[in-house]
This record gives sequence, structure tokens and C-alpha cells, in this order.
Amino acid sequence: MAVDTEPRREADAGRRPRAGFELWAWLFMRLSGILLLFLAVGHVLIMHVFDEGVARVDFDFVVDRWSSPFWRTWDWMLLSLALLHGVNGTRVIVQDYVRRPGARLAWNWSFAIVGFSLFVLGSVIVFTFDPAQFL
Amino acid sequence: MTSRRRSEFSTLYRGREGQWSWIAHRVTGVGILLFLFAHIVDTALVGWGPDAYNRVVSVYHHPIVQIMELGLVGAVIYHALNGIRIMIIDFWPSATEHQARLFWATMLLFAGSMAPITWIMGRRIIEDLFG
Repeated sequence: MAVDTEPRREADAGRRPRAGFELWAWLFMRLSGILLLFLAVGHVLIMHVFDEGVARVDFDFVVDRWSSPFWRTWDWMLLSLALLHGVNGTRVIVQDYVRRPGARLAWNWSFAIVGFSLFVLGSVIVFTFDPAQFL
Repeated sequence: MTSRRRSEFSTLYRGREGQWSWIAHRVTGVGILLFLFAHIVDTALVGWGPDAYNRVVSVYHHPIVQIMELGLVGAVIYHALNGIRIMIIDFWPSATEHQARLFWATMLLFAGSMAPITWIMGRRIIEDLFG
């Protein structure tokens, strides 16, 4: 990461850096990463590899799957953690390649707004989906 | 190397294993995120009933999209395995001494998991195309 930092002084060696937003963001990437190892890899294996893969996925498949609160919770956690993990990832990438402060702000806000909108859309669908209205 | 230097911020830095794994982590990460954006929208269509949802998921049953799907699965598996490598190096600093070996162990795990997955998914694509 090309974060602008002061050159490290000899006296700072071995001293822990001060906790701030970047440290929490770094820690969040690791913690969400560990959870996503199960949520995302599990999701990909179940939906794309096992049984007949994505060929068996249709409306009835979703109705059956989302009849269980377990899978609704799984999908909602995957939705929120993957979006946060991904949008924070774009923030790190923007920091590396976009050097003008205004452009940086524009890129970061664009990803944040798209991410937040999709989080709202996905959450509403996961929690309010009711197949009875289509019978 | 000075002759190859282009500017202060764009130099040809040959970082070998460390740099390649870093670039691949970025590319797979951005690719997965862009797919995720589209995937949330297509899944949200279940809220508009079976006609809308079945029409949009039929896109995923097309053979060319199935090949891209295999790429997506590979990207997720790589990003996950390489993420474990990054965490090992972050939390056990002495692991940096074995970073090249850790990279090749990651690649071995990646190849080992992608071989059966490619077999399973690839057979379906071939059956769809010629079966």
C-alpha cells in the first residue's frame, strides 16, 4: 500500500503504531476474511460445484432454500461482509492509483454509494421475500 | 535498471512471487466485487416473481457464461487461499523468511483444489455444448 507515512525512526522500532481508522480497517479485512473463507467459499461450492451446480438454480430452488432462516442468515452475512470487504478493498486500491484528492474522494464515494445501495436492496429482499404472494 | 525507469511512480519493479501474488489478489478482488454488484441485482429479482427471476438466471446456464463462472470460482478460491497466506505473514512475522515457499504452497493448494473443480464444472460445459 502506498500510504503516505513518515520514515520510520530507529526509536520507533518495536513500538506499536497508534490505533486509528486504518488499523481497524486492516483488522476488519482479516476478521471478515476469515468469516468469508467459510461464507463465500461455501456458497461458491454449494451453488456452482456440488450437485448440478448453477443449472439447478431457479425460482423454486430459492423458495426452498430461503424457507430456512439458516440460509437467509448465511446469505445476509455473506452480502454485508463481502460488500464491506470489497468496498474497503477498493479504498486501498484508490489510495494506490488515484493521486488527486478530489478524484480520490469521488471514487471512494462512488463505491461507497453503490455498495450501500446494494446492501439495502439485498437486505430488503433477503428478509422480506415471501413466495406466498406468487402462488 | 535506471534505463527502464519511466517516472518516479512507475518503475519496473521485479518483485517476483510476492509481487505476482499481490497483483493477482487485487485483480481477483476487483473481479469478484464487480460480479457481486451484478449478482445482488439479479438475485433481488426473486422479489419480482418466478418469471423475472427464471429469465435472468437462464443467462447463467449459457455455456460461455459457464466458462466465466469457472473463472469466478477460481478467483474466489485464489483470493481465499492467498488471503490465508497474507494473514500467516501478518500475524507471524517470522513467516516472512519462508514467504517464497509459502507462495508456492498456496499455488499448490490452489492447483489441487481447482483440478477437481475444473473437472466437475468443465464436464458440464462440454456436455451442454456437445452432449
